[in-house]
Amino acid sequence: MVQTVSTSREEVANPFPQAIREALYAGAISFGLFVLFIGLKSDQNIRNELILVQRWGLLAIVVALVMIGRFVAVAYIRPFVANQKIANIATGLFPDSAATRFFRLPYFIAAVVIAAVLLFFSGTLAGALSPQSAAYVGLLRGVAIIYALASVLFYFRSFILAHFSLLSVILLVLYPVAMVLMFGFQGSLKWVDNFGIQILIYVMLAWGLNIVVGLAGLLDLGYVAFYAVGAYSYALLGTHFGWSFWILLPAAGLMAAFWGVILGFPVLRLRGDYLAIVTLAFGEIIRLVLINWREVTNGSAGISGIPKVSFFGLFSFNVSDPNYIAKVFNIAQSGAYYKIFLYYLILALALLTAFVTIRLRRMPVGRAWEALREDEIACRSLGINTTTTKLTAFATGAMFGGFAGSFFAARQGFVSPESFVFLESAIILAIVVLGGMGSLTGIAIAALVMIGGTEILREMQFLKAIFGDSFTPELYRMLLFGCAMVIVMLWKPRGFVGSREPTAFLHERKSVSASFTKEGHG
Amino acid sequence: MTGKTLLQVEGVETYYGNIRALNGVNVSVKEGEIVALIGANGAGKSTLMMTIFGSPRARAGKITFAGTDITEMPTHEIARLRIAQSPEGRRIFPRMTVLENLQMGASLDNLKHYDEDAEKVFTLFPRLKERISQRGGTLSGGEQQMLSIARALMARPKLLLLDEPSLGLAPLIVKQIFDAIRVLNKTQGLTVFLVEQNAFGALKLATRGYVMVNGNVTMSGTGKELLANPEVRAAYLEGGRH
Repeated sequence: MVQTVSTSREEVANPFPQAIREALYAGAISFGLFVLFIGLKSDQNIRNELILVQRWGLLAIVVALVMIGRFVAVAYIRPFVANQKIANIATGLFPDSAATRFFRLPYFIAAVVIAAVLLFFSGTLAGALSPQSAAYVGLLRGVAIIYALASVLFYFRSFILAHFSLLSVILLVLYPVAMVLMFGFQGSLKWVDNFGIQILIYVMLAWGLNIVVGLAGLLDLGYVAFYAVGAYSYALLGTHFGWSFWILLPAAGLMAAFWGVILGFPVLRLRGDYLAIVTLAFGEIIRLVLINWREVTNGSAGISGIPKVSFFGLFSFNVSDPNYIAKVFNIAQSGAYYKIFLYYLILALALLTAFVTIRLRRMPVGRAWEALREDEIACRSLGINTTTTKLTAFATGAMFGGFAGSFFAARQGFVSPESFVFLESAIILAIVVLGGMGSLTGIAIAALVMIGGTEILREMQFLKAIFGDSFTPELYRMLLFGCAMVIVMLWKPRGFVGSREPTAFLHERKSVSASFTKEGHG
Repeated sequence: MTGKTLLQVEGVETYYGNIRALNGVNVSVKEGEIVALIGANGAGKSTLMMTIFGSPRARAGKITFAGTDITEMPTHEIARLRIAQSPEGRRIFPRMTVLENLQMGASLDNLKHYDEDAEKVFTLFPRLKERISQRGGTLSGGEQQMLSIARALMARPKLLLLDEPSLGLAPLIVKQIFDAIRVLNKTQGLTVFLVEQNAFGALKLATRGYVMVNGNVTMSGTGKELLANPEVRAAYLEGGRH
């Protein structure tokens, strides 16, 4: 009896036969999938004839990688995860014990030392090493920095979670300062512009779309249309009439909101899939109008020479102007001032979006949006006018899209219909869904991961040293984007932050504050 | 106890596509009454409830509430006349907390009487107070039904429409809910129009009752009369008595 129990337990505990079996299946499936994709490649030879290039070696590598992956997953990872089922809710990443084993103080110190040494001697090392080994050193440095940061995040996770909004706002405000200190004005350009501004634009767009999709539950696949309306409003009015950004920003928002209502009217009766199709079409219509209405929009050539934003007219960022910032403050000329200014501008706009969203959620209209998402019929029978509720959702969401659009036009100095294709709508929607519909924090994290992650691929030049010079990592951004989405949706089907924060509390808080006044209950 | 007519349904016909669900229904509810509408599955009870609220619309006939013709009025405006409904299937907001659900109910008055009314419904349904910050979808069936009724009460209705409040609930919970309705009617003079399959409980509770068969009202009378009626007993009560 005892023996039978122990053998059966051994069978369960020993996953290798099953792992080998599953690895073989996975190998067969991946062979079937990739034999035509990877094994054969159509190419042109010198005489311009179409030939088939056979790449059996590459195919073998891919299939072997899949088999190894499956084997490791079944033989090691799955039992490991099964052993640590109780996931740590605080991190949500790993079971607590695994994470504490992974983040240890000695490792952390080692990582900090390695990172510091490599950063300090980066100049001398670059001279001494061949480009290939320098690339590996760069990779090591990156890993050390990421590990150190992750450890800090892990050990202070409760503090960070408790003060997340405040900490992140402080971090965002200090970010350009840190970049300038680390890389100088010229070196900070890339980090402030390509990363900071780019990510914040998407954060703002996703927060705007969140009002329509996340709160009101109206699936909008054409959100980029409002972005385009905002951008062209500023581009056209700014170039033709020379009006200031500060007048045109609200104008662009109003214009976009107006178009939001225009879109809203015909789709009031539609829900779900049907609504998605109509909004998709609306986005395409706006783009096609921009392409074909040449007299006004200059077609696909776009509009260039869009005026820069001035600092409320006090000083400008045009070198030729008499009140150019460098002349006013008597400092060296640099393009970085404008980028840093733009960074703070988009940060302010994004925070405005967040602030308005948070306030609206606590007001009747915001609560009506959420109720509408949950149950339209119940809403109506509680006396809520679903027509106006939907229209305000469309208009408010579109308005923030318009703000972001006019900022985009001012930042680029050039707009063309190319920037407003369906892919943009899809990316913004993906960020909202990945972040967790309705959650501002989740959406900001999703934008950081998705946009920052794809941008950082451009920085991964060491990969060239590994995969050869013809390897361009940024070409793989859409592939990674897709993989990341699949993984997140498997791992957290409701997005990074899937839980909804309640907006109503029992009036205990109120009665505490009321106890300080004469009418208080206390 | 009873006053003037609050809700008057005259010759109402409602269709789903070409299928006639209501065949000229006449029902009236007076102020301060509890009126029960009983009938078998598919008799058109819930359709009448929904028709009063304007979706689906009556194709013929007239519905008046406190003298106002509401036959063609949009649903949300009907609700603003202080008719509240605990609809079929409860239809609470599942991802919102109990408190937020109640706030939605009070949105007509812009939360003016919110605190006071919330206290009232919590004394009526103490269970809800325990669940106050729980999401609606995580409540049990009975609690969801209580929440649905409580949410309707938050609008300070003149008329409360209840669609099968006993559906799928344990007898003890049904009793609690019926008791709560009785208390509301006695203490606040709330007028209630109740659709039920649980004929015995409903008729015991009701001042008056109607029996509906295949989209027609076939019988009416006081609750006691109907309870004593042999036809009603045969069709709805025998064997169905808890």
